[in-house]
Amino acid sequence: MLNDKDVKEMLAALDIDSVERLFDDIPESVRANLDGLQEGMSELQVRRHVESILAKNRDPRDTASFLGAGAYDFYVPAAVRAVMSRSEFLTSYTPYQSELSQGLLHALFEYQSMMAELTSMEVVNNSIYDYATALGEAILMAARLTKGTVFLIPEAMSRSKLSVIENYCRGAGIQLRRYKFDRTSGCADLESMKNQITDEIIGAYVETPNLFGVLETQLDDIRGLLDSKIFVAGVNALSLGIVRPPGDYDADIVITEGQIFGNPVNFGGPHLGVLACKKKFVRKMPGRVIGMTTDADGNRAFCMTLMTREQHIRREKATSNICTNEALTAIATASYLALTGGGDLRKLAISIAEKSRRLAKRLDELSGCKAPMFDGAHFSEFVVTLPKDASSIASQMLEKGVIPGVPLSHLIKGMENELLISVTDKTTLDDADSLVLTLQEVIQ
Amino acid sequence: MSFRQARHEEPLTFEMAYCEVGESMPVPDGLLPANLVRKDVPCIPKLSEREMVRHFTALSQMNYGVDSGFYPLGSCTMKYGPKINEELASLPKAADIHPLQPEETVQGTLQILYELQNMLATITGMDAVSLQPAAGAQGEFTGLLIARAFHEKNGEERTEVVLPDTSHGTNPASAVMAGFNVVTIPSKDGRVDLDALSAAVSEKTAAFMLTNPNTLGIFESQVLEIAKIMHDAGALLYYDGANVNAIMGKTTPGKMEFDIVHLNLHKTFSTPHGGGGPGSGPVCVKERFAGFLPVPVVAKKGEGYSLNYDIPDSIGKVHGFYGNWGVMLRAYAYILMNGRDGLTEAAERAVLNSNYLKKLVERFLVVPYSGLRKHEFVASGSSLKEKGVRTMDVAKRLIDYGFHPPTVYFPLLIEEALMIEPTETEVKYTLDKFAEALASIVKESPEILHNAPQNASVKRVNETEAAKKLILTYRDYLEDIE
Repeated sequence: MLNDKDVKEMLAALDIDSVERLFDDIPESVRANLDGLQEGMSELQVRRHVESILAKNRDPRDTASFLGAGAYDFYVPAAVRAVMSRSEFLTSYTPYQSELSQGLLHALFEYQSMMAELTSMEVVNNSIYDYATALGEAILMAARLTKGTVFLIPEAMSRSKLSVIENYCRGAGIQLRRYKFDRTSGCADLESMKNQITDEIIGAYVETPNLFGVLETQLDDIRGLLDSKIFVAGVNALSLGIVRPPGDYDADIVITEGQIFGNPVNFGGPHLGVLACKKKFVRKMPGRVIGMTTDADGNRAFCMTLMTREQHIRREKATSNICTNEALTAIATASYLALTGGGDLRKLAISIAEKSRRLAKRLDELSGCKAPMFDGAHFSEFVVTLPKDASSIASQMLEKGVIPGVPLSHLIKGMENELLISVTDKTTLDDADSLVLTLQEVIQ
Repeated sequence: MSFRQARHEEPLTFEMAYCEVGESMPVPDGLLPANLVRKDVPCIPKLSEREMVRHFTALSQMNYGVDSGFYPLGSCTMKYGPKINEELASLPKAADIHPLQPEETVQGTLQILYELQNMLATITGMDAVSLQPAAGAQGEFTGLLIARAFHEKNGEERTEVVLPDTSHGTNPASAVMAGFNVVTIPSKDGRVDLDALSAAVSEKTAAFMLTNPNTLGIFESQVLEIAKIMHDAGALLYYDGANVNAIMGKTTPGKMEFDIVHLNLHKTFSTPHGGGGPGSGPVCVKERFAGFLPVPVVAKKGEGYSLNYDIPDSIGKVHGFYGNWGVMLRAYAYILMNGRDGLTEAAERAVLNSNYLKKLVERFLVVPYSGLRKHEFVASGSSLKEKGVRTMDVAKRLIDYGFHPPTVYFPLLIEEALMIEPTETEVKYTLDKFAEALASIVKESPEILHNAPQNASVKRVNETEAAKKLILTYRDYLEDIE
C-alpha cells in the first residue's frame, strides 16, 4: 500500500484516509487481485533473469544464417543506434502538438522525402506496421479508388502474407483471385493475369522481387494490361539502389519493408511498413502524413496534415483504424539513409546482388542442385532446388551449425525440395564456404 | 516559467549535401537485364557520420518526450519507462534473432513469449492470449475478427457493433475494417445509458465495445448489468484495454465478464511510444474464443516451447510474423520488475494522482460529472470561450510553461475538452506545478494565449496552410518555391 509523504498529503487534500477509497466505485462483485503474478524483482535480478533465458537463443554470431523471406539481417550502424536512443524521440508520442514536436516532424518529413526519392513516388505516409499489413492497407486503399470488388494477387505468395491480406479484405468484402507464375522464369504469367481482368477488378498486386527472389521484367506490359485499374507494386527497398523504381513504371501504390534500412530483424517486429502513392490519391491514403508549413512568424514548420482521413477525427468514416504506427523505425531508416545517401545505397545494392549471384553459382555446381531454380533475374535472394526434401536437409545442416535458408514448403505448397536463400552485408565468405561445404556433406 | 525549447534553424538533409549523379555509378554490365536497371542514383544526399549525428541530435533537441517532462496526454498513458528495458531489447540475443529461425534456436524468445502470454492472462482475468497485433487498434481489429468468426461459426449473421459516444476513435474505425456497421449510443451522466444500450442491442448485434474506466476516467460500475444485456442478446462484450492502468490489482476484464480484450503494452506496461510507435496490442480471450485466436500461439511442448499453428477455427494472421517482439520483451521485463504488488501500486498511484490533480484543476476549470475518477479526468475549457479563448490556446500556452499539453477536444461529448492523464510515475511536486501553470493560464489575457507558444522551437503552426498546400516531400517544397 502506498504510504509516502506525498501520498499522505494528497489523501489529506482529497479528504480520505486511504487510497482504497478511490476504488469504492468498483463493486465487490467484480473485484480481483493479481495473486497469480510473482513478487517484483530488482533491476539486477531482471537483467540476470532475462539474459539467462535469452542465452537459449542462437543468434547469427553462433550460426551462419541465410534466412530472408521478408526479414533481412543487415548491419545497423552505431550512429543509427545512437539516434534511436535519443530519448526525446524514443519517449515522445504522436506529434499532435506540433510546436513541441518539430524535431520528430522534421525527421519524419525527411523520411517521407527520402522514401519518395527511392521509390520515385510522390507521397509516402509515415508507416504501417510491416510489409504484410502495408499490403493489406494498400488493397483497401485501392478498393476506395475504384468501383471493383475483386483484387488480383500472385499465386507465388507466402501463406502468412496471404492470411494477413485475407483478413484485411474480409470486412470490405474484397475477393482475392490469383494469377499464375511462369514456371521457367518465375515471373508473372501475363496470360493468366490478362484473362482475369474484368470490370469487377480493382487492380493487381505485383511483387518484385517476388517470393522466389525473381525480379519482374514485364512491368510496363502489366501497367498496360491494368490500364486505369490500380497497380500495387511491392518491392525490396534496397534493390531500388539499382533496380528501376515503381514510379518509373507508373505504379499507383507502392509498398515495401523499411526494416532493411537501420533496423534489426527483431524476430519479425518492430519492422517498418512503407506505403507510397501518387499524390492524386493522397486523400484515400491510410496513416499519418507530415506536411511542411509555416509558423506565426512565417518560419518553416512541420505538422501532421490531412488528419480528417484519420480515426481520431473521422471515426467510422476514417481511411483506416491505424493510430500507433512504427514511427521510431522510420526515424532509424531516415538516419540510415542519411548515412548512405543514394550513392552508397547503390554500391551496397550492387555488392549484395553480386554476392548473391556468386553464391547461387557455387550451389549450382553441387551435384543434384540447381541454383537459381528460375532463370529470371534476381537481387539478393534465390531459390535452390535440392536433390531431396529441403526441410530435412535444413535440419541436418543446423546440427552442423548452418541455417541454410527457408524451406519453401514452409511458405507455400508444393515445393518440397526447394530452399530460399538470402544474403546480406553481414554474410561473409566464411559463411558462404560453410553453407556450400555443409550442404555438400549433407546431400552426399 | 523557465522552459525554453531548443530553436535551431536546422536544414533538411537535402539542403545539407548534394545528390550523386547516376552516370558516375553505372550498374555493372550483366548484373541485371537492361530494362530493369535504374539509371539515376536515388537522390538522397549523403552526410558524414558526424553531420548525421549532429543533425538528428539537433532535431531531437526540438522534440519533447516523457524523459523531457510531464506528458499528461489523456488515454495514452505516458508513463516513464525503465531504462533497463531498452538495454535488454537491444541485446543481440533479442534483436538479431530472425523470425524464421528453427524453433530449437529461439527457445529463449519463445519462453519469454509464453510467460508473457500467461502474465497477461492473469492481469486481464482471461484464458488465452495472442501477442500478434502490432498496436492497440490492430488488437481491436483482431478481436472483432474473432467475434465475427465466432458468430459465423454459430450460424449467426450479426452485422452491428455498438459503442458509446465516449469511445476512442479507433473503436468505430476498427469495427468498420472488420466489416461491421457502427451503432453509437449516447452516454448518461458520463456512463453508459443502459436504456439506450438495451434499445440499440438486437439479434444483429455482434458486440459492444467498452473501455472501463471510460475515456472520462469514470468507472462503469454497472458493468455486470451491461454484460448481462449483451450476453442475453447473444452478443459479446469487448474490452478496449487502453485504460487498464487504472484497474490492475483491483479488478479484471475477465471478472467484469468481458469476452475479448486487447491491451496496449506501450501504455500500461511502459514501453516507449517512439514518437508514434512501435506499440503492441495483444488480444486476450475467454476459453470459448481460444480456438479463434490468430496463429501461431506459443505453446509449451515438454521441456521446450513451440509455435502452435494447430488452432482449428483460427482467424489466421494479422502480422507478417509474430507482432512486435521488441515491445513484448520490454513489457515482460516491466511486469517482472513490478510484480503483483508493483502493478497494483502503479494503478493506485495513477488513480491517486488523477483524483488529486482533478481536485486542483476543479478550482478554476469545470470538470463535468461529479464523483471519483480513475486514471484520468476531462476538464472543460468552455468557461474561457466568452473571453475568446479556446482549449487549443490553453494547450499551446501550457507548452510555454514546459508541459506537454493534455489530449484536447476528446471525448467529443465534453465541450472544449482537456483530457488529463498524469500516470503513476509523476510526483506531487510536478502535479502541483502543472495545476499552478493551468491556474495562471486561465487568468492570462486572450492576446497572450492566442500567441502561445512563445518558448517552443516554433510559434503557433499554421495547420490550415499545411492542408491547403500539401508540401509532403522535399520535391514538393522545391516545386512550391519555384
